[in-house]
Amino acid sequence: MRVALFVTCVNDALYPATGVAVVRLLERLGVAVDFPAGQTCCGQPQYNTGYRHEAEPLLRRTAAAFEGHPYVVTPSGSCAAMVREHYPRMGRRAAAEGRGSALAELADGLAPRVYELTEFLVDVLGVTDVGAYFPHVVTYHPSCHGLRSLGLGDRPRRLLAAVKGLELVELPGAEECCGFGGTFAVKNPDVSAAMGADKLRSARASGAEVLCGADNSCLAHLGGMLRRRDDPLRTLHIAEILAATEEDAPR
Amino acid sequence: MTGRETGPGTYLGMPAFPDPDPARFPAFPEAAREAVRDAALRANLRYATHTIRDKRARAVAELADWDRLRAAGKAVKDRTLRHLDRYLLQLEESVTAAGGTVHWAADAAEANRIVTELVLATGEREVVKVKSMATQEIGLNEALEAAGVTAYETDLAELIVQLGHDRPSHILVPAIHRNRGEIRDIFRAEMGRWGRPAPEGLGDSPAELAEAARLHLREKFLRAKVGISGANFMVAETGTMVVLESEGNGRMCLTLPETLISVVGIEKVVPTFRDLEIFLQTLPRSSTAERMNPYTTLWTGLGPSKGADGDGPSAFHLVLLDNGRTDILADEVGRQALRCIRCSACLNVCPVYERAGGHAYGSVYPGPIGAVLSPQLRGTGSPIDASLPYASTLCGACYDVCPVAIDIPEVLVHLRERVVQGGPVTRRGVRVRIRPARGHAAERAAMRAARLLLDRPDALRAGERLLARARRLGIRPHRLPGPGRAWTDARELPEPPPEPFRDWWARERGTATRTGSKDRKGDDGPK
Repeated sequence: MRVALFVTCVNDALYPATGVAVVRLLERLGVAVDFPAGQTCCGQPQYNTGYRHEAEPLLRRTAAAFEGHPYVVTPSGSCAAMVREHYPRMGRRAAAEGRGSALAELADGLAPRVYELTEFLVDVLGVTDVGAYFPHVVTYHPSCHGLRSLGLGDRPRRLLAAVKGLELVELPGAEECCGFGGTFAVKNPDVSAAMGADKLRSARASGAEVLCGADNSCLAHLGGMLRRRDDPLRTLHIAEILAATEEDAPR
Repeated sequence: MTGRETGPGTYLGMPAFPDPDPARFPAFPEAAREAVRDAALRANLRYATHTIRDKRARAVAELADWDRLRAAGKAVKDRTLRHLDRYLLQLEESVTAAGGTVHWAADAAEANRIVTELVLATGEREVVKVKSMATQEIGLNEALEAAGVTAYETDLAELIVQLGHDRPSHILVPAIHRNRGEIRDIFRAEMGRWGRPAPEGLGDSPAELAEAARLHLREKFLRAKVGISGANFMVAETGTMVVLESEGNGRMCLTLPETLISVVGIEKVVPTFRDLEIFLQTLPRSSTAERMNPYTTLWTGLGPSKGADGDGPSAFHLVLLDNGRTDILADEVGRQALRCIRCSACLNVCPVYERAGGHAYGSVYPGPIGAVLSPQLRGTGSPIDASLPYASTLCGACYDVCPVAIDIPEVLVHLRERVVQGGPVTRRGVRVRIRPARGHAAERAAMRAARLLLDRPDALRAGERLLARARRLGIRPHRLPGPGRAWTDARELPEPPPEPFRDWWARERGTATRTGSKDRKGDDGPK
């Protein structure tokens, strides 16, 4: 099997280790990985802030970059939800504005081929034990778009529970938003920080050493708060845990 | 007609605060800041919202067909809204045939004038009120007061708000921001000025507080000749009005007075009596987390006896309120907000509401539903209305719990677009194109610049390499200037990586595939 990696702009620029982990994990599972270099950003920051028209060129770019790839895998529930849920919506809006159906065709053509990483592992590859080793106490924060838009359910937790050496502990109030919310974090900084502080309090109460998530943007917010306080709790993307082996431990 | 929105086209008053005046109602982030820092308020809100949130989840989980009820509620509301003109005329006919009188109010001022004239015509100077969002929306109490009529709120939480000269902060539990001790203090200080004083030595147990309110209100119920209500539903085919409540105060107000006046938003109509089957299941479970609310009062005009047997009011007036609703109906994305049945489940589950509290929303409609209703009803011209669409992380918890499946995040994003880009809206039935709200020029430029950068992979890579170079030079800012400060005030920036992913890929996995890559192994610069 061959997949195209949609690494996302945040991971490309700030968290390349997550992208590397996805490549190593998929290759270990016998999947060949392509990285179409035309990809950049899905346009979610523009779209969700109200700049739908600025997001349209990025829809076209993303659709072109992944044209012909039957499986597009991304380590971000949020970016996957953008493509699956909002791209078709953008296409319909453009058509309703009398700008033809081209955008809708691109969106509808791409949307069903895009998979969030844990969804791809569990649903397409049919694996939950990916042969990983990670001897730490971990709790999992389900980011909102993966949880509610994609309906990832317990897939991430099933994958983590199968990791050798890993002790998975419950995160109280797991389904509550961490307060990142894209530009919300800077437009409403006080509420965002209050939500983040409450999430971190729950994570500490869980007894975990590692707060794991499937979206590095949420983890940038939570991890940034942790480092501001020199908190020993650390954040880590689920791909990096699933890629870890006895020989090859993550950062 | 073209122009920047300068203020509210539609009056949507908080009692005592007619307009979203920037001095009183600052933009949401500023208004929320105070609440976030108020530890007592945060604790009150957290306890209250989490309790009701968990109870709702259990009440909903009991129904195996919840998803179907939700879909049916959505479908009935959508169908009704599509043919609203027809159902409203049918309703008018049914209510009139049953002995009621129907009045049409295009806006708040007209509704207030109609109600005030009806009350004054009775010769009475006091009215008792059932909890009603529509009458709060139009600021009816203030309008009556100006005409020399005193309106007594009889819902316990509304009473607390009224006695405390306060503003409601929740649709269902308007005094949710108050704790027991504060309520006791308000009752002790204020009840005597409005009627029967609080009992001597009043404590703060729920039973004592409820008994004090009961005694205080009883004399109002028995004396009042005019009752004013809203309605949860109006049935077009029969002309039946429906009010759901928990305390029995509604039943008193709807049956004891001689004159009953109901002010109801036009979106509250449902076609048939049978449609109530859906909402009488979904509304109580979503709002108070009960299988069934304690009191459901239904009345059809004056009933078969037309009030002749002395049972129930001898005059019934229905004031159908538009106040911006048909303008919302013209917007194909925003119109779904008109499905709302005012259950408040979205408030109770919202993490932003939980921290910011209801007052920060600057409207009688707080929380997620308020963030989509207020800027549609009032326009996006004022600082509070332009900021409300951003008062959400788009986490989607509100959409999940909504019993009529309003996709609140979708409407929020739609309204964000209206704020930053302007566009077509309908105001008083006229299609106009509004310009963007003030203060978004820098953001617009930044979004455009980001898009131009992101639309060129080689430019993006050059930018990413700058980051890596900054790392090598040891540039690690802890505080950013400008808008970036909002990030670094509470958080460290992510540490820049030694190289971007695409450079790792080019080095480790060779040439990138397909789609016209310019990357080659060992490349050291953008081509």
